[in-house]
Amino acid sequence: MTSLVELMDYDEVIEKYDPVLGLEVHVELHTNTKMFCGCANEFGGEPNTHTCPTCLGLPGSLPVVNGKAVESAIRIGLALNCEIAEWCRFARKNYFYPDMPKNFQTSQYDEPIAFNGWLDVTLDDGEVIRVEIERAHMEEDTGKSLHVGGATGRIHGAEHSLLDYNRAGVPLIEIVTKMIPGTKERAPEVARAYVTALRDLLKALDVSDVRMDQGSLRCDANVSLSPKTTGALGTRTETKNVNSLRSVERAVRFEMTRQAAVLESGGEVIQETRHFDESSGSTSSGRKKETAEDYRYFPEPDLVPIAPSREWVEELRGTLPELPWERRARIQKEWNLTDEVLRDLVNANALDLIEATVVAGAKPDEARSWWVSYLAQQANTRGVELTDLPITPAQVARVIELVNTGALTNKLAREAVNGVLEGEGSPDEVVEKRGLKVVSDDSALEKAVDEALAAQPDVAQKIRDGKVQAAGAIVGAVMKATKGQADAARVREIVLARCS
Amino acid sequence: MTNDLIHATAAELAAKIHSGEVSSVEVTQAHLDRIAETDGKVNAFLHVDTEGALAQARTVDEAVKAGETVGALAGVPLALKDVMTTEGVPTTVGSKILEGWLPPYDATVTRKLKEAGVVILGKTNMDEFAMGSSTENSAYGPTHNPWDLDRIPGGSGGGSSAALAAYQAPLAIGTDTGGSIRQPGAVTGTVGVKPTYGGVSRYGLVAFSSSLDQAGPCARTVLDAALLHEVIAGYDHMDSTSINAPVPPVVAAAREGLSGDLSGLRIGVVTQFQGEGYQPGVLRSFQAAVSQLKELGAEIADVSCPSFDYALPAYYLIAPSECSSNLARFDAMRYGLRVGDDGTRSTEEVMSLTREAGFGPEVKRRIMIGTYALSSGYYDAYYGSAQKVRTLITQDFAKAFENFDVLISPTTPTTAFKIGERANDPIAMYKADLCTIPANLAGTPAMSVPSGLSDEDGLPVGLQIMAPALQDHRMYRVAAAYEAARGAFGGPSL
Ligand SMILES: [Zn+2]
Repeated sequence: MTSLVELMDYDEVIEKYDPVLGLEVHVELHTNTKMFCGCANEFGGEPNTHTCPTCLGLPGSLPVVNGKAVESAIRIGLALNCEIAEWCRFARKNYFYPDMPKNFQTSQYDEPIAFNGWLDVTLDDGEVIRVEIERAHMEEDTGKSLHVGGATGRIHGAEHSLLDYNRAGVPLIEIVTKMIPGTKERAPEVARAYVTALRDLLKALDVSDVRMDQGSLRCDANVSLSPKTTGALGTRTETKNVNSLRSVERAVRFEMTRQAAVLESGGEVIQETRHFDESSGSTSSGRKKETAEDYRYFPEPDLVPIAPSREWVEELRGTLPELPWERRARIQKEWNLTDEVLRDLVNANALDLIEATVVAGAKPDEARSWWVSYLAQQANTRGVELTDLPITPAQVARVIELVNTGALTNKLAREAVNGVLEGEGSPDEVVEKRGLKVVSDDSALEKAVDEALAAQPDVAQKIRDGKVQAAGAIVGAVMKATKGQADAARVREIVLARCS
Repeated sequence: MTNDLIHATAAELAAKIHSGEVSSVEVTQAHLDRIAETDGKVNAFLHVDTEGALAQARTVDEAVKAGETVGALAGVPLALKDVMTTEGVPTTVGSKILEGWLPPYDATVTRKLKEAGVVILGKTNMDEFAMGSSTENSAYGPTHNPWDLDRIPGGSGGGSSAALAAYQAPLAIGTDTGGSIRQPGAVTGTVGVKPTYGGVSRYGLVAFSSSLDQAGPCARTVLDAALLHEVIAGYDHMDSTSINAPVPPVVAAAREGLSGDLSGLRIGVVTQFQGEGYQPGVLRSFQAAVSQLKELGAEIADVSCPSFDYALPAYYLIAPSECSSNLARFDAMRYGLRVGDDGTRSTEEVMSLTREAGFGPEVKRRIMIGTYALSSGYYDAYYGSAQKVRTLITQDFAKAFENFDVLISPTTPTTAFKIGERANDPIAMYKADLCTIPANLAGTPAMSVPSGLSDEDGLPVGLQIMAPALQDHRMYRVAAAYEAARGAFGGPSL
């Protein structure tokens, strides 16, 4: 049924075309209640348990705006350097779809709450690109359809469909960029970097769970190609169902190579919605976006206009937390990091963890060293993200503290960390349970040194003859005998003293 | 005895019930009997809730017996327009598409009535989704005017007004989008009030046109309407468009009006609402009312509101536009009628077949007009222009109220017409709302009070009184004074 899609070689695409990007991100706010009713705004839950007459769109029901959602929308707008409307309205977007209870979506049309902003996006090599924001507006989410019996899980071919309205009416903010031209071969990377930057920003604002896998952050990628020969704008497609940061990049890249192949073969790119398939990394034609599609927007008569006072807006500006880029600049300065090191930490998702470890009492370089070397290795071995390792920054800070006080050697410290990762409890509990202790009793060490010297008389003789470097073999034997619990420096002192 | 109970006013019944002279159960039963006896001819009710009504009556009787303080209208029966949701009691909005639907919640108006101890007898007939001026558009057959059973009782709230005129209930609730309370009031010789937009919560009122819909009281006397007004009005956090302000003191105003003195009150006669197209008997009744108001001391002069001429066309763009969106939810997915779901058809086909079978011709006509008016490329010319007219009408009202305390006009150009007479002429039908629509577009309060009977056909005529927003009490005062001066004009023999 699916025909093989022709793709153009990526380098050739770049040679012949300039890609133009546009990104629409929907973010679900994690307010306590829904956008227009008092139902709980929670992910999951038995189907149709978080519903009421309003979010089910029952006859006679009316919406009431969630003030907390408006507050979040304004804070997002401010963080994106947008202007905040002095007066704006909701509008109805009319179309029929079974998971939309009223068969219109209460959204905003030509009067968004925030508009004309920008977001600076850092690419992998440190280059910064400014993405212009067209608007950020408020709307409600739809319910969810589950299509049963079809091969694809989509409505086409399904035997029947189940509808869950728990998500219907969840507050959404739609953030739309202006066209992003001039990204050339880096278009896919820019798309990913933008969504990443936006995700980090929304996280810092604490307005959403920003979980792409759960749909609380969703990205639609608009891509078109402009032939270098003419510079004319191309027809764009809108790719939906892009559920991870990596997919954003792959989807844009795929569309570029697909559209180029279509154009190359003399065909026309059709303006349509396309679906991204995670497993194949390809997009397929979805709903045709006919130009005739007419949402018949008009101002929502059930809601009064929103007129946020300038005082309120300024008050909200005052509540903005340290934003991700401000934080990075501060950390770089405080920890005295080079651009490269900072970027590596950011890319490794280690910055938050290191900072939290520092907050818990560790020195920045010690904290950094643990997270980017030993713990990064452990994450790699276990096949999990660094952020998903079962150890907290505070626990790492405690291990560092134990090393600094001399209670643990570095080797013992790694064992303590292993214990925490194995679920044996806190660092102190692991130290207790595993009996991890530095042997600091000199008489015990002296005994062990004497035994080792006796076991290796030739080495002992070399040391006595002044070949100090031979002491290493004796220290190693003592460390082995004490199962690493001795302080190697102290052992060395004793060896040299015994042989002098 | 029964005759006394059904002919009494709500205020009289309340006094008798609260003093223990008569029980609410007796009063309720008398009205249920009257409905049983007459509704075969009138068809005012779509659903009679005998058990619910008697249960509520018993609760009030027990409270009275126990010496508890009860609400001003506790124990008095009421007919509720079928546009208001009632938990567990059918709510059809006069449409096949909601046949059998049992709402899981009460409208705010329903809740307030119940909390006030008002006895809800049942749900009254209406034009489907409140679209119409005759109740002929009901999917459940027309309601007949008790004054002449061959004639319409007005619409869309013909069921509520006919129930009052037929002495089936002393109180009723209507909703008024373009005159659906006032015009039925006029043609049935009853009082109908459209409060200031936002004065009564719309939560649970099945929407026709959200920016115009307004629920209000219907009764046989001005004081009864005022008493009911105070029960149902007030801010509701469930309705964003509800006004967060004190309820206008309408009961006090009605009582004050009964003194019969209107000295110094300035009344403007809207010149746009007379002349051609108006039935001579209606105009003569109106002139008689003007004379009586003068005798009561009012200063009366003409006032011109030129943009009122465009109210009707503007209304017939705004209301259908909103309705095309409001009625989109009736798609067979969650409640009500479902047609064609035999396992072979797509969702879209089932939606389409259901809407085809479930909506009547007038509803379809308005959905189509509204869909067209909101379409891209037509929006500015139609919906946009209509909104501008709306602004002009609001300005005309504001200017007129600089010089006048209230404005008056006939409520509707003619007395009740014959059933079927305008069924095939929508424009003629729409003209029944000519005088009532401006107040909906401006959101200002307006009411109809009977001005007696037309001398040519012996049918009731209505006097419309309009006031500025939130000044509902002004029109009650005028209406009560006029009602006292006018005196009784008889009632239908049924
Ligand atoms: Zn809800």
